[in-house]
Amino acid sequence: MSTENKSEYLVEVKHLKQYFPVRTGFMKTIPLKAVDDVSFAIKPGETLGLVGESGCGKTTVGRTLMHLYKPTAGEIYFEGRQVTDKNIGEFRRDMQMVFQDPYSSLDPRMTVEDIIGEPLDVHKLYSSKEERREKVMELMNLVGLNAEHATRYVHEFSGGQRQRIGIARALAVNPKFIVCDEPVSALDVSIQAQVINMFEELQEKLGVAYLFIAHDLLVVHHISDRIAVMYLGRMVEMADADELNENPIHPYTLSLLSAVPVPDPKTARASQRIILEGDVPSPLNMPSGCAFRTRCRYATDKCAKECPALTDRGNGHMVACWNR
Amino acid sequence: MSETNMNKKNLLSLQIDPEMFAQASEDEKRQADVMSESTSFFKDGMRKLMKNPLAVGSIIALVLIILVIIIAPKIVPYGYEEIIKVGGSKDKTITNLAPFAWSEKEAALIASGTKLFPHIMGTDSLGRDYFIRVIYGTRVSLTVGLFASILVLIIGVLYGSISGYRGGRTDMIMMRIVDIIYSLPDVLIIILLSVVLNQTLNKSNPVVKLLGTNMVAIFIVFGLLYWVGMARLVRGEVLKIKNNEYFLAAKATGASSWHIIRTHVIPNCISVIIITTALQIPSSIFTESFLSFMGMGVQAPMPSLGSLANNARAGLQSYPWQLVFPAMMIVIIVLAFNLLGDGLRDAFDPKLRR
Repeated sequence: MSTENKSEYLVEVKHLKQYFPVRTGFMKTIPLKAVDDVSFAIKPGETLGLVGESGCGKTTVGRTLMHLYKPTAGEIYFEGRQVTDKNIGEFRRDMQMVFQDPYSSLDPRMTVEDIIGEPLDVHKLYSSKEERREKVMELMNLVGLNAEHATRYVHEFSGGQRQRIGIARALAVNPKFIVCDEPVSALDVSIQAQVINMFEELQEKLGVAYLFIAHDLLVVHHISDRIAVMYLGRMVEMADADELNENPIHPYTLSLLSAVPVPDPKTARASQRIILEGDVPSPLNMPSGCAFRTRCRYATDKCAKECPALTDRGNGHMVACWNR
Repeated sequence: MSETNMNKKNLLSLQIDPEMFAQASEDEKRQADVMSESTSFFKDGMRKLMKNPLAVGSIIALVLIILVIIIAPKIVPYGYEEIIKVGGSKDKTITNLAPFAWSEKEAALIASGTKLFPHIMGTDSLGRDYFIRVIYGTRVSLTVGLFASILVLIIGVLYGSISGYRGGRTDMIMMRIVDIIYSLPDVLIIILLSVVLNQTLNKSNPVVKLLGTNMVAIFIVFGLLYWVGMARLVRGEVLKIKNNEYFLAAKATGASSWHIIRTHVIPNCISVIIITTALQIPSSIFTESFLSFMGMGVQAPMPSLGSLANNARAGLQSYPWQLVFPAMMIVIIVLAFNLLGDGLRDAFDPKLRR
């Protein structure tokens, strides 16, 4: 994939870093490296899945990409143009976000119509009230909500319906790219399937690209073309979804995949679960070299000294590991 | 399919016999369609407020008081600074009358067939109608309370929302200023300010003339000192709202700060603002009455409830009603606003919701 032309990508992230200052005493702060040197690229209409355990910086990647946080370092390109603090306004129409918690991501004082219509208001995408209403109805229809829901307030809806409202809001400005920040993790399993299928249908219909953040590998594998795995703010492996599933290389990915529940008890018994020892190190006190080495069974002296970079193992399968 | 056969087959699967069910009638189908009426936050709050008897009672009491202080001066033929003359001449016996009592000359006039307006609350030591003085005192106290609260509302909400919204270093500096203001003694500042303003203010200025320098000092003190509580509360609310994802969502759509403050921040902290204002009014009235009682309120002959109570102190044993009436008025107004504020909090504070 590295041989392909640059301008082919819709979104390109290069060496993105996001450090948060943390007070450790009077007048003393140390950086919390929430995202450390992450690079990836997404083609138009493609879905990149981003997985990792809680606190590994997935959400921060999404939010920094949307410039909700000011990146500490690194570059973000959208359609070949660099996105900076100053010109972010021009990109807001093309990049949207669906949030994790459908309970706090919708303003409780607004009706559904106003929530979905807000991006239209902000970008002045209508000329009359009727046109706004029409567009909102169209969007509600698109995500499977009834027209009579328009005048209702969000507390009257279930989690799945709320997430649909959030998706309709993101779609209101016809974006080319949507960051989905764990959009299904707050929903129960039956609703998860509905919402994920809807994401896929919308992609087919509208051709949007997704950065799909989740911690559920099954969900991510189902929806993604490619999957990136993060551990403690760094990307450890990135490959095509099927390639990653069948041929994982990084020891962290191996253990993640072994933890995925298998529906068939026979296969489940046959496969061996890799159980990691110890806890995730504190991001304030990261191990030297490779962040995963404290829990890795392949770790050597080299891992403690130098941090491995992502290297291509052929066919666009990128891995950051010295030993595998 | 027979039932016994099905029972054998699987105990846990859904064993539903369609013959046991009847078709739903059109009427029953329609019942399922009817959903509860969509209630907005505000409607819901008002409905709860109207269910609270204390709050409704307070609203009625306040409306009555406001009606009386608007209408009474038009009906009662006496002025608040007018020393009553009977038949064009002074009447020595008209001072310190009891409620509904007449002076000697008035009694003579009534005996001769003239109709006079009764002194509902008697008269004061100078022979002025006490009822109209209490009415004007209430007017002054309510106006001061209301305007001081509005002043507090505007400054507090602006300061608090800016501080909370900007966050970081701005927030820290702004909140330290609030801390400093919190520690200033208010009564001392009012005394100092009225002394200073008495010397420096241009007395021919129409606003100053109308209110008196003490009054201007009170307003300035409210504007300077009393908004800090409101500012702190609003800042706290804004910080809470900032942590909600809908705030980030609005930012992600590219909304301007002003748009976010107007459509998300203020509507979401409006309940705190309403409640605090409703509770600020009685405390302003109380402060004004207290200052007037100390002799630092409105200038004579304009009465306020506090200065009326202060004047009544001298004749407390002979004419106790002169203290009772203004004191009652203060109690009723302050109590009504406090109960209303409590009712508003119960109705609008989501944390207290059942």
